[in-house]
This record gives sequence, C-alpha cells and structure tokens, in this order.
Amino acid sequence: MNTPAANRARRTRGLPLATARRCRWLLALLATCVTTLAPQALEIVITEGWDDPTRIAVVPFAGPAPGEGLPDADLHEIIGFDFQRSGQFWVLPDGDMLSYPTAPDGVHYRDWRILDMDYLLIGRSWLEATGELTVVYHLFDVTSEREILSSRLSAPPEYLRDIAHRVADDVYEQITGIPGAFSTKILYVLEKAADDFELRIADSDGARARTVFRSEDPMISPTWAPDARRVAYVSFETGRSTIFIQDLETGEREAVAAFRGINGAPAFSPDGNRLAMSLSRDGNAEIYVLDLASRELERITRWPTAIETEPSWTDDGEGIIFTSDRSGRPQVYRIDLTTYLEERLTFEGDYNARARLLPGGQFLVYVHRRDGKFHIAWQDLERDHVRPLTETSLDESPSIAPNGTMMIYATQDHGRGILAVVSVDSRVRYLLPSDAGDVRDPAWSPLIDALPR
Amino acid sequence: MNRHAFHAMLVVLVAGAMLAGCKSQPEPPPPDEPDTPIVEPPPPPTPTPPPPPRTVVNEDGELVVEGKIIGRTFYFEYDQARLAQSDISVLAMHADFLREFRTHSVTIEGHCDERGTREYNLALGERRAQAVQRYLTSAGVQSSQIEMVSYGEERPADPGKTESAYSKNRRAVLIYR
Repeated sequence: MNTPAANRARRTRGLPLATARRCRWLLALLATCVTTLAPQALEIVITEGWDDPTRIAVVPFAGPAPGEGLPDADLHEIIGFDFQRSGQFWVLPDGDMLSYPTAPDGVHYRDWRILDMDYLLIGRSWLEATGELTVVYHLFDVTSEREILSSRLSAPPEYLRDIAHRVADDVYEQITGIPGAFSTKILYVLEKAADDFELRIADSDGARARTVFRSEDPMISPTWAPDARRVAYVSFETGRSTIFIQDLETGEREAVAAFRGINGAPAFSPDGNRLAMSLSRDGNAEIYVLDLASRELERITRWPTAIETEPSWTDDGEGIIFTSDRSGRPQVYRIDLTTYLEERLTFEGDYNARARLLPGGQFLVYVHRRDGKFHIAWQDLERDHVRPLTETSLDESPSIAPNGTMMIYATQDHGRGILAVVSVDSRVRYLLPSDAGDVRDPAWSPLIDALPR
Repeated sequence: MNRHAFHAMLVVLVAGAMLAGCKSQPEPPPPDEPDTPIVEPPPPPTPTPPPPPRTVVNEDGELVVEGKIIGRTFYFEYDQARLAQSDISVLAMHADFLREFRTHSVTIEGHCDERGTREYNLALGERRAQAVQRYLTSAGVQSSQIEMVSYGEERPADPGKTESAYSKNRRAVLIYR
C-alpha cells in the first residue's frame, strides 16, 4: 500500500490524530498556565486544516529544564503548536523522531527523508551569566538538504513564550513568504456573569490571558491602537455607552466620547492619531472622527433617518467603511474622507454589517444574514464575488490577523459564546472556547515586537 | 434594574392632594415612607383637570394609578422600531401624567435581541427608545422630561436563545426617575 495515493491518505488522516495528541498536551500545559500565570486561558481545538499540509519536524530544544528560573513552558512545544494551528503545517510527534539533533552537525537528512519531512527545525537554549535566556535555532530544507535560516535571540527568561513565537514567525515567513502573526495578541470580552465583565488580552495561542479592565457593566467593541500600546472600547459603567481609551502599560483610562445618546464603535486610524466612532449626539447614529490631539470632532456622515455605525478605516487612512441602513436594511458603504463621496459595497442579502477590509483593501469580510442565520461573508471588491467564510449561526465581530491570513470571530456553541478562527481561504478552522464564561468581541492585535530591544 | 431603585418613592400623591385640597376635598392619608418624602411643588396652572387621585410613582420607577401598575415595557418586531398599535393607550396614560407633572421625568431604555451586530443593535435600541420618545413628545410631553439610553443587546430580559426569549428582549422600557 505504498502508492502515492495511500501516502496522501495517510497524510490526511494524520492531521486529526496529531491534533488530538497536541490538544492533550495543550490541556496539560494550560492547566499549568491557570495555576502559575493568570486567569483561565483560552483553549484551542483545531477542527480543520489543509488537506496537504507542509510537514515539519520541530525537535525538542536542548536547554535548561522549565522551573530553573524559567517559565514552565517548552520552546519546541510552543513553536510546534503555532505551526499546527496555522493549519498549513503538519507537525511530527516527538515520539516518531528517529534522532534528536540540537546542533547542525547532528542532522542526518536521511532520518527526516524517511519520515517524509519537508522541513526540520532544531535549536537549543541556555541562561547567560547576565540572567538572559538565549535561543539559537536552525531551519533545514530536507528536500534540498540545505540550512535555510538560523538566528540567535536573547531576552529575560520571562520572555520565553515571546521568543518561541518569534522563532515561529520567522520560520513561517521563511517557508511561506508571509510574515508570521504568532506573536500577536487577542483582545476580547469575557462575561463571567450578568454583572461580571472583563476585558482580556491573551496570546494568539490562547496562553497568558490577563485582565485589563473589569466591570459590573458590559463592555463592547474593544479595538487596538496601531501601536498596540492602547486599546479603545465601549463601556456601560456610567449607565450609558461611553468610549474609553486605555493605556495598556499604565492602565490609565480616559473617556473620550461620553456625549448624549450612544457612543459606540471606536476605530483608530492607521496612524493612531484619530478615532472614528458612531455617535447619536446630533439626533441619530452618524459616523464621526475625533482628532485625539486637538480633540476636534468632525461629523462624517449626514443621513438623519438612518443608522450609521461600525466605522473601520482603509489602509491609507483616507477612507472609512461603515454600516448604514439608509436603504432600509443594514448594508456596507465606503466614504472618501476628502471628497465625502459615498459608495455602497454590499448588495447580496438584507443584512450586511460590521465590515473589515483585509490588508491591501481588495477583500472585505462582514456579518451577513442568510436564511435567518448570521455568518461571516468574504467579498472580493474587484470581482464582486461573495462567499460565506463561516457556517455556524450568530457569527459576528470578524477581526483579521495583521498578516491577512486568518480571521477571528465570535460565535456560539451550545448557547455559549466562544471565539473561533478561520483562514481567509476557509481551509483552516479552530475554536477558542473559554471555561471562564462567555467570550466575544475579539480583536486581533497589530504585529507586535514583544521582545525587549 | 437595581440602579433605578434608589430613585426612592416620589410621592405624587401629595401633589395631587394639594391640588385636590384647593377644591376642599378630603386629604389623602400621609405617606408612610420611612424616608423623608420628596414633596412635589404644585404644578403650574394648566387648563387640564387634575389627574385622578392615588397616582404615584413607586420605588421601581413605575407609574401606579389606583393601585394598578401601568405597563411600561413596549415590545417590537424583529428588526423593527415601530410601536405596536396596542401600546398606544398605555403610552397615552404616561403622556397624560408627564404632561400634567412637568417636574417628573423618565428614562426610556432601548433594547434588542442578540441577533445582528452589537453596534448596529446599540443604534437600533436607541431607535426603539426614540419611537417611545416621539410618541410622548407628540402628545405634549416636554423633551427635557425624557432621557434615552440604549443598551443594545447587552441587557437581555431573558437570556434564552428561543424566539420567545428574543421577543421579550426587543423592547423599550419607560422608567420614572
């Protein structure tokens, strides 16, 4: 049965098995995180991946054992799981390896060709006399028998996870040509009870969840500033919707929009100097832009009978896409901030809202109602082609990873709010449920350089 | 709703009694609230007759006429912000009271079910509150007596996922302050 077809079938079957194995150790890993790091993290359950993923072996890195002044986490497991959840990679289980090289001179390509590997990643780490953790890694192309990438990273030991994600980002970019987004963070709202809400930030793999704001009242629409040092969100703590900006380092919060009526849907401009929002201070919900330095407020839309909300910027900061029900039903529009010319972008169906452009501006994702169910739809603005990206119901709040490959969104599972991720080509899916309560309103951070310089 | 509970009992009764007193009718019994009651000043003279006696705003911010709580929750169809015809007579009672007693004011909360996006629902909730507000102001209530707040889909009356739960959540609630 060593036909190519059988091999292909084995590869395809291999993924769910490996996934189950990965998830078991992830659970164990997360159990540790819960006790040592933080509030309960998000858990990842991979449901779909590529049919023909790139095969990579990530050999356990040599180095000090966890606990010896190091976070209780394993470099090669974190890296391997980053590849795994990208859906584009199949990661060889440790137990199937024939050798465990930690330096280039220990690599025998034969050992990896037998296992049908495309790539091999090895590395080692040690603690410097200065107390810093240093990691060295080497990436090999098994087919061409060449080392194609190597690097050395140093940071205080508490940055172990950040180093691991950086290695994964660099390797991912080397292999796929697309910058990795494993070092990114997810901002989201957790509802633990009807009077207990938390705004949280977790690593993109669900680890290290931490609470940045807690309130008895709901919060919605959290969003990142492009520098990833500030976030904006809507809180009901004053009894009505109010937009706050919070500095993530100092924890300082400032109410930037607390007008009469609703104050909602904040969105930082790409340069971080302006905040678009929806306000009803002049009678009904319209789009406004607040200059954060001068505090000047400019009204952008004028449609007194319609709701205008959910603004989001174009890459160049010269346009805003938004939801309006001026046609009678919510649809997505774009306005040019110089000419104020407006253009309707969505036409299929009677509910299209909360759109986000992918980097580059050609593709749009938004909440789309079909047969009474809410999905996330993907639209090619140039070819005017629409297809569903998600298939569950009550899917909402799409947010795109900064490298444009994945989308996180909120959905429900047996009546509970959970987060889910799907690749924009819809080939990869995973879920991020939380055992701490309902999670929703996810926002994917910009690319982050988490390592200290 | 607890946030409204501290708006302690407003004894409109007394105001009514003061008007009634001018016409030498028997005084109603004094209120037995432990806290000092807030005595409303007599309303400015108006051509309308005084409201029926025994009209009070209770500690939950509800309007009570002759011991009967006047309905204050108005339900909406899915995706809609139009008042139901059947709610008009109840809204008219609130309008009559608010027109008579200009010192009273209300907060109208607007709510949605969970379907649809959170921010669109925040605006839709406001549109529902505005539907109630528009009725009241067109009936002569001053807009300064009315505050509106939308909670969108964030404060469901029924957290269920059924159509029956959803129908309870698409609402505007009129609360006396």
